[in-house]
Amino acid sequence: MTASMTARATTTVTARLLAAARLTATASMLALGLAAGFGGVGAAQAGEIRIGSVLSATGPAAFLGDPEEKTLKLYAEEINKAGGINGDTIKLVIYDDGGDADKARTFATRLVEEDKVAAVLGGTTSGTTMAMVPVFEDAEMPFISFAGAVGIVEPTKKWVFKTPHTDRMACEKIFEDLKKQNLTKVGIISGTDGFGKSMRDQCVKVNAKYDVEIVAEETYGPRDSDMTAQLTNLKGAPGIQALVNPGMGQGPAIVTRNVRQLGIALPLYQSHGVASKSFIELAGDAAEGVRLPAAAILVAEKLPDSDPQKAIALGYKTSYEAATKGQVSTFGGHAFDALFILKGALERAKSSDAAKIRDEIEKTTGFIGTAGIFNMTPADHMGLDLTAFKMLEVRSGDWTLVE
Amino acid sequence: MDDLSGSNVMADFVQFAMSGLTVGAVYALVALGFTLIYNASSVVNFAQGEFVMLGGMATVFLAALGLPIPLAALAAVAVAVVTGLLVHTLVIEPARGANAVTLIILTIGVSLVLRGAAPLVFDKQFHKLPGFSGEEPVSLLGALVQPQAFWVVGGTAVIVLALKVFLAHTLFGKAVLATAADRMAARLSGINTSVIVGFCFAMSAAIGAIAGILVTPITLTSYDVGVILSLKGFAAAVLGGIGNPLGAVAGGLLLGLLESFAAGYLSSTYKDAVAFAILIAVLIVMPGGLARVKHVERV
Repeated sequence: MTASMTARATTTVTARLLAAARLTATASMLALGLAAGFGGVGAAQAGEIRIGSVLSATGPAAFLGDPEEKTLKLYAEEINKAGGINGDTIKLVIYDDGGDADKARTFATRLVEEDKVAAVLGGTTSGTTMAMVPVFEDAEMPFISFAGAVGIVEPTKKWVFKTPHTDRMACEKIFEDLKKQNLTKVGIISGTDGFGKSMRDQCVKVNAKYDVEIVAEETYGPRDSDMTAQLTNLKGAPGIQALVNPGMGQGPAIVTRNVRQLGIALPLYQSHGVASKSFIELAGDAAEGVRLPAAAILVAEKLPDSDPQKAIALGYKTSYEAATKGQVSTFGGHAFDALFILKGALERAKSSDAAKIRDEIEKTTGFIGTAGIFNMTPADHMGLDLTAFKMLEVRSGDWTLVE
Repeated sequence: MDDLSGSNVMADFVQFAMSGLTVGAVYALVALGFTLIYNASSVVNFAQGEFVMLGGMATVFLAALGLPIPLAALAAVAVAVVTGLLVHTLVIEPARGANAVTLIILTIGVSLVLRGAAPLVFDKQFHKLPGFSGEEPVSLLGALVQPQAFWVVGGTAVIVLALKVFLAHTLFGKAVLATAADRMAARLSGINTSVIVGFCFAMSAAIGAIAGILVTPITLTSYDVGVILSLKGFAAAVLGGIGNPLGAVAGGLLLGLLESFAAGYLSSTYKDAVAFAILIAVLIVMPGGLARVKHVERV
């Protein structure tokens, strides 16, 4: 009894020391050997692997952070039930930054210095992610973000990865769709939050590549409740043929309703930032005909059987909806993808050495996730291409695949 | 293709004005709530925006439980009133000897508690209510307006009038005015000022909740809508000359109109900056706000 307790205590202490010192695999095997020597059975016992996460589970980005948190918890438990990662059980250390970048940075430091995690997932918004990046770069901590902005992985940062599509890809997918219909003059109405601003900046960079001209621009604040003034101006913009609304949260739903209210008959494109059923519910009938680029998960059932993503998307959707009684969204999917990319990397690395884990994340190829098929390279720390996006249209209150 | 001729200038103006009035009406109701409580107790209640949230969210959730919307709305107002009374009895009343800064910090604490509890009681998602008179836009002088906007503006007018009649023509209303004018003198004339202040909290909560219910079909609601509304409502109350109910309403409407016209005619990016710059300019010229109240020395 006493002997086994001592053994357990020794192992835990050793594990902590290991994480702290980031010893090499050889050293850690040696240390484990030592622990086993002292305690008798230490090495045989399953350890735990700590995975940190800083999410915006409350605050304005709660609709993103909430499903992400639920997804991480759900699948960490599932992985543990199935035997963990290399026999180690996952222990999640999750902090809620409330959407506040300053808090996110504080929690990032805490994960590095106090919790001694092996890797970090999350950073719900681009703002919180960018605030944490310097911390993890300095501490040499593998970090996979759930946020959209292209700036997270461009220029490539050694320790930083991300799973969602970038806002630039969303712009490109929208412009590609516009070009197909010979619509070349668009108006942009964007939110001034991090997501809206970042995507707008990307859109005005890539529009020329698709021969699309931006004829008018308007913005709205993240908590604005009426955008009719801005839309009235866009409606009057000469030659305007379509509207693009980079934004997330309730803003795009209000924009959509105001577009309908003002009787604007132009095609309206929303972004992947509102790719969840709640957008359709909030916008109501006004959402009919709205198009947006999004991950396959939203139309899991409607994907052709030949689609390699179908099985994984349906599986995630079913488990998530059964466990949370809520609607699946792409956002939780980003957490799913990141967790399983990390799981794969940990299994291949067979070590708690940060550099090895990082290298293995970077070597992720052919990983089929909810957002698409990931092929990471040293130059591409996201690993998705335009095919990962599906163009969806709202018809009769549901998503349908365009094409 | 839309008609781009000069006749649209008028339609645009009306469109901006209606948008501004609708948003401004909500600021006005929040400002009115600030004013009522401030008058009766000198407390600036920064939890005022949370009552708006409570009204909208409680209605949404009670309606989801199967209550018809009018009943859900009534129940939501009741929930807000009870919350207002609890805030008064549990937080403000025990600290009644404290200075204004302490009381303001207490109300900020209350707003944090309410905002923290809301996602547990309700959830973190955005919600909507159906428009009371449908969602088909109404044409007004060439502008297209959601029918709910008339409910918001009309509802605000009704509340302001009812409040005016109540304060001027009922004994209880006069007791509220007396408390506002001079708490000590009111108490000496036999008015239970503690009851009056409690009543003002209840009434402010009710007004906030009604604002929340009226506006949810247009603006949607979530557990954290109160923050920005408290801020803008307070700005409106200051603009109107804090302590003056009609000033509060004027301040709210003006702030809404400024935002909307700034977005429409100047730049949507800088609309808040423009609106607040004008607000500061007004306060520099008229330090007491639009409708300056006679300063009452409280000894």
